[in-house]
Amino acid sequence: MDWVARTKLLIFPLCLAPLGFLIQAVLSNTLGPDPANTLTRDLGEWALIFLCAGLAITPLRTITGVNKLIRFRRMIGLFALLYALLHVIAYLAFMLGWQWLTLLEDLYKRPYIIVGAMAVVILVALGITSTKPMMRRLGKNWVKLHKLVYLAASLAVLHFLWLVKSDYTEPVVYGLTILSLLILRVPGFKKALRF
Amino acid sequence: MLIRTKNRSDVRSSEITSETVYQDRRRFLKKGGQFALAGLGLTLVGCSDDLTQTIAAKNTPASTDVNIPQFNAPQWLQQKVAAHTKSQFLTEDALTPYPTVAGYNNFYEFGYGKQDPAEHAKDLITDPWSVIVEGAVEKPGTYTLEDILKPHDLEERIYRLRCVEAWSMVVPWVGYSLANMLKRFQPTSKAKYVEFHTLYDPEQMPGQRSRLSSIEYPYVEGLRIDEAINPLTFMAVGLYGKTLPPQNGAPLRLVVPWKYGFKSIKSIVRIRFTETIPRTTWVKSGPSEYGFFANVNPNVDHPRWSQAMERRLPDTLWEPNRIETRMFNGYEEEVAHLYSGMDLSKYY
Ligand code: HEM
Repeated sequence: MDWVARTKLLIFPLCLAPLGFLIQAVLSNTLGPDPANTLTRDLGEWALIFLCAGLAITPLRTITGVNKLIRFRRMIGLFALLYALLHVIAYLAFMLGWQWLTLLEDLYKRPYIIVGAMAVVILVALGITSTKPMMRRLGKNWVKLHKLVYLAASLAVLHFLWLVKSDYTEPVVYGLTILSLLILRVPGFKKALRF
Repeated sequence: MLIRTKNRSDVRSSEITSETVYQDRRRFLKKGGQFALAGLGLTLVGCSDDLTQTIAAKNTPASTDVNIPQFNAPQWLQQKVAAHTKSQFLTEDALTPYPTVAGYNNFYEFGYGKQDPAEHAKDLITDPWSVIVEGAVEKPGTYTLEDILKPHDLEERIYRLRCVEAWSMVVPWVGYSLANMLKRFQPTSKAKYVEFHTLYDPEQMPGQRSRLSSIEYPYVEGLRIDEAINPLTFMAVGLYGKTLPPQNGAPLRLVVPWKYGFKSIKSIVRIRFTETIPRTTWVKSGPSEYGFFANVNPNVDHPRWSQAMERRLPDTLWEPNRIETRMFNGYEEEVAHLYSGMDLSKYY
């Protein structure tokens, strides 16, 4: 086992920790008087955090020169997918009480849900094509396809911006983070970073 | 008077007619004496004490002996609030427990999280407090809180509160009818609307210092004059038998139970009578999302979510407390006439 594999063993439970804490909070009833909303929001925010973390890996690799970092990327990405799916399930189960019709209505009426759903579709597609055989099969197209993660992240930020009632601080911070990570990939910057 | 009995809107299949309930509650009140108990008695359903207890146990853990804390307030106000009488403004729904009412608030002046106001507002200075009365009135001026309250006796009213975010509570307020307050200032015939302002004090209110906020301060709300003098419209200075906690709008806040919660402006320092429609905070921030009237209406969605249902707090994940939202929050009989002939999907 090389150090990457060992570190992965460490990071894996770390990535599950937020879920663990949320489950614990659910079981001990400490999510406050409106647990459905709190749970949904927390899961959504974790999905976004994992997306940002996943996007940070390539720039980090450029900066540190540690190429093996790339081997963490799939795991982080799949955790983003996991939290995003749980986020949608929490919404459907606890906020809507499994009223599919309301979700369908949301899906054509409410712009913030529409962009959220688009992000989910992208994340699912990327998750399905994240395996080694898929990478081989898609060849060059795989890289192109997986650039869509930036679109997914931007849609998630838009989703957040559109659901805010008055304080834009948080979505703006996420938006700027994603924007900076994108800028770091521009070839000129990349060179500069490599010293 | 108004609320107590058999509005058709009030009775649902699961409920027993309210006359008996009301009587039962009275008896229960007398017996229990203590206020916290009174809250529990509310659950209705023809309450045998037994049943009451079961339901209470389910809805309001440990609230039989909840101590309602007393926040900073001048002695005279504490006494005045304590001396309130019961009123006939009751609902058939179980009271929302005190910790939820005082722990889950939207008061953006003190932060955007629901728990922020309870944390950041607790030292709000509410004494001395005065209110500027201006505009189309015979008796404008700056009134101290004591001045304002002196001639009035206070009563308790239990109202449903429906937030535009699709959650709701049932709250026992202490205060008096807004009409009685406004009368004293002698509005002139030009007074078509009343506008209210919340305190503006960035030193004390961190939310007012935020840069990335879409809402402007001071917070402004308003009512049409006929809405303002409707008997339901209430000026509250107390909650659960004590003076208002700062996060709930101490020392003086509006309660308009048939409108979304944001109309019920908190910590009022200015009352202005105007001839034109007030430019209220949420309308300025998003005119397509928030209207001046903001009547609770299950048939008119907020652009970002449906208003057909609400989560009655405290909610749990496993037995979601989702209930259908009622027209005018269940106060249709009392207020629908104010809007006859108006297209409520246009004047939302
Ligand atoms: C069909 C897809 C989706 C649905 C139906 C959905 C639904 C929701 C809902 C109902 C809320 C809370 C709104 C409120 O409290 O009023 C929310 C918040 C949020 N969602 Fe989603 N969402 C979706 C996809 C996503 C995705 C893919 C992400 C991120 C990758 C995401 C991230 C967030 C974030 C960050 C928040 C705000 C959290 C906060 O307020 O702290 N959502 N979403």
